[in-house]
Amino acid sequence: MDWVNAILQGVMLGGFYALFATGLSLVFGVMKLVNLAHGDLSVLAAFIAVAILDVLPINPLLAMALVVPIMFVIGWLLQRYILDHSLGPDPMPALLVTFGLSVIIQNLLLEVFSADSQGLDAGRLEDEALSLGGGLTVGWFPLLTFVLAVLVLVGLQLFLSRTRTGRAFRATSDNQRVARLMGIDNRRIYALSMAIALGVVAVAGVFMGIRTTFAPGIGPARLIFAYEAVIMGGLGSVWGTLVGGIVLGVAQVIGAQIEPGWHALAGHVVFLAVLAFKPSGLLSRRGAV
Amino acid sequence: MSLLHVDGVNAHYGDLQALHGIQLRVEEGETLGIIGANGAGKSTLLNVIAGLETCTAGRILLDGIELQELPAHQRVGLGVALVPEGRHVFPSLSVRENLQVGAHLRRPGPWTVQKVFELLPLLVKRADYPAGLLSGGEQQALAIGRGLMSNPALLLLDEVSLGLAPIVVREFYGALAAIVAEGITVVVVEQDIGQVMRVADTVTCFLEGRVVLSGRPADLRREQITKAYFGM
Amino acid sequence: MSAERITVVRSTTASRIGLGVAIAVVGIAATVPLWLSAGTMRSLVTFLTLLALAQMWNLLAGYAGLLSVGQQAFVGIGAYSLWVLADKVGVHPFLAVPLAGVVALVIALPTAGLAFRLRGGYFAIGTWVIAEVYRLVAANIGGLGGGSGVTISSASKLDMTVRLQGTYWIALAVAVGSVLLVYLVLRSRLGLALTAIRDNEIGARSLGVRTFRTKLYVYLLAAFGSGVTGAVIYLNLLRIQPDAAFSINWTAFVIFIVVIGGVGTIEGPILGTIIYFALQETLADYGSWYLVLLGVLAVVITLRARMGLWGLVRRFRPIQLFPVQRRLGDEQPPNPDPDAPALR
Repeated sequence: MDWVNAILQGVMLGGFYALFATGLSLVFGVMKLVNLAHGDLSVLAAFIAVAILDVLPINPLLAMALVVPIMFVIGWLLQRYILDHSLGPDPMPALLVTFGLSVIIQNLLLEVFSADSQGLDAGRLEDEALSLGGGLTVGWFPLLTFVLAVLVLVGLQLFLSRTRTGRAFRATSDNQRVARLMGIDNRRIYALSMAIALGVVAVAGVFMGIRTTFAPGIGPARLIFAYEAVIMGGLGSVWGTLVGGIVLGVAQVIGAQIEPGWHALAGHVVFLAVLAFKPSGLLSRRGAV
Repeated sequence: MSLLHVDGVNAHYGDLQALHGIQLRVEEGETLGIIGANGAGKSTLLNVIAGLETCTAGRILLDGIELQELPAHQRVGLGVALVPEGRHVFPSLSVRENLQVGAHLRRPGPWTVQKVFELLPLLVKRADYPAGLLSGGEQQALAIGRGLMSNPALLLLDEVSLGLAPIVVREFYGALAAIVAEGITVVVVEQDIGQVMRVADTVTCFLEGRVVLSGRPADLRREQITKAYFGM
Repeated sequence: MSAERITVVRSTTASRIGLGVAIAVVGIAATVPLWLSAGTMRSLVTFLTLLALAQMWNLLAGYAGLLSVGQQAFVGIGAYSLWVLADKVGVHPFLAVPLAGVVALVIALPTAGLAFRLRGGYFAIGTWVIAEVYRLVAANIGGLGGGSGVTISSASKLDMTVRLQGTYWIALAVAVGSVLLVYLVLRSRLGLALTAIRDNEIGARSLGVRTFRTKLYVYLLAAFGSGVTGAVIYLNLLRIQPDAAFSINWTAFVIFIVVIGGVGTIEGPILGTIIYFALQETLADYGSWYLVLLGVLAVVITLRARMGLWGLVRRFRPIQLFPVQRRLGDEQPPNPDPDAPALR
């Protein structure tokens, strides 16, 4: 039973990772940009929540309603005024700029908030669990996270496949040059995709803050997990991100069951195995996002 | 006033000059055919008009409006549509979605998905297939249909016959007659001189980035064209 | 076609002067242990090892186009190999340094096998993940000291002066060696292949350049260099902790050094290391703000002056201190304007 509960926890965790990974994958699909500051931006979102809660004593989940639009705007401005200038046939400048941003964000947070661990308190919701019968229990909060992750992914998939702008996103990721010939303004698409990505990452960051403690330096770890979920699921697949996240989550939880210090390592090992034997991903598909 | 006026346009690739002071006029409703050897600058001119490349000197006027400072996506809004060389359909989108993307700006006009299907019936049975799986001829038809979906005033066709069987090429040029009948102004860049001579109102020959011959097909003799084409 | 002999020439006046200056500098540097304090020597060791790491990273990223965020893997492997060879196998610590590099090279083979399945940004993070794996393995294996790490006792047992001076000279040799290594690679056929790949990978492949193998060789060389450097660093520090030995900071500082100095040149990392040290001395009291500044500099330079400070210098006077460009006998060296639009 312990094992089944563990796997269930791993699946819930997977939803959480999928939430992190979605933004990374969307941005890569549309502009072929790997954002090395992705994890740090989620930490930034959590700290923005901390700042808001210092002033407004509300539940963090409500604070999220403010953090998401703030991060949306940050994403738009970041893309428009900084990252746009680094895009081009050579991927290196964009990688270097996002790496620089990662260091800037981490150290700014260190200066403003200190290196102390922080947490967001969502009250009783965090601790309560739901009994599924047969000895299986799942925490309300992890379940909520998972459901939310699925909703976000469904929303994103619908956006991409059913809306005019979503079609423009897909056309741009197939061929950004020809997309311009359709009247599509690339710069707006890029800014919008980064804004959406950061909006989603804001949700992920706040949830992370509620679920565990966080500090300015944990961004890179988040980035690595998000990235492992994306690669394992297969580039270009929205649902692949969920599958990849779940595989990662389950691997980590099982690793922790075997030996408490091994949860991250177990995830890395499974990732490397997938990379070695099925590098195109578990759910890979030809074509872009 | 001509619909399209290319006024003294230069274009460069780094230090290499690809277009030298091109002067062209196309009247509304007319079809201009551009021929010339590879590397003569024909595609470059279309790309410059559409905004994929910038011109380093000169002006481009569409119905009196200056285009050269505008980004490509804004020119579509003003009525320019380029069907690029190599087709470049969006491979992960279906045929129908490719056409819908063509209408991204929702410009008013007669062209709809239905009308495109009537014009190019070979697309109908592939309507929901991913465009990446289509044959060369089907992709070319799709690219043309997609260009029409923006209801352009000026349609630029870059080497649509490239790599296609002669019978397919004939079908396209048959469809072109229907397009022209709607009043669209067309500039067609072609390797297939025969087809161009049949459909164009005016033919221009490019050599090394310059216009070396221009005139009505009926007025041009074969040796004239051959000389101009090869620069003899 | 005339029947005259065509000669291919590389050196320039600047480079000949540069060579003279370089020999002088190295000569003076070699005598340092005789007249500078131990503290300064240790600082210099840090300077020299950072320079070596920067050259290796630049070889990968600036010349082979492989942006790695995981070179710290080989720093850590070099460090632990040094400990194993010196303390467990009984090799003299000074001799263990180059051997540690060999260990790093061997481990780099399967590492490359995995990492090379990815491209661009995903390759970058992949190298980071792999470094993390090595860190976690080192932190979790009791035999390697676990989370609290190990001390290189065989080195600490050496006479202090011998150890300090020996470490210094080894560091100097490693730094000079790293510069020479990059220089020789670029002048060799491997270097020609790299330039071809950098300019046009598909075109290069169609001419018969074995792109995968070329990149692999460069990756292995960089791993060797980083491993040796890691060993020297910890010969100096003596205490190895997994979180520090495999820390991303090694790569972060090196990235800043190379970007600020000038990616894709040999002179750039040298200039970058000097600037980094100068900044570190003057801004040491400002803690995290210093790192924010480094980050901002790196971002601004990448966006506005992609070729770094050395690139700016070359714009005004097109000199090459390390002549790696080949030209025909009579030609003047071209002025590489880094911002000229490429032919498409």
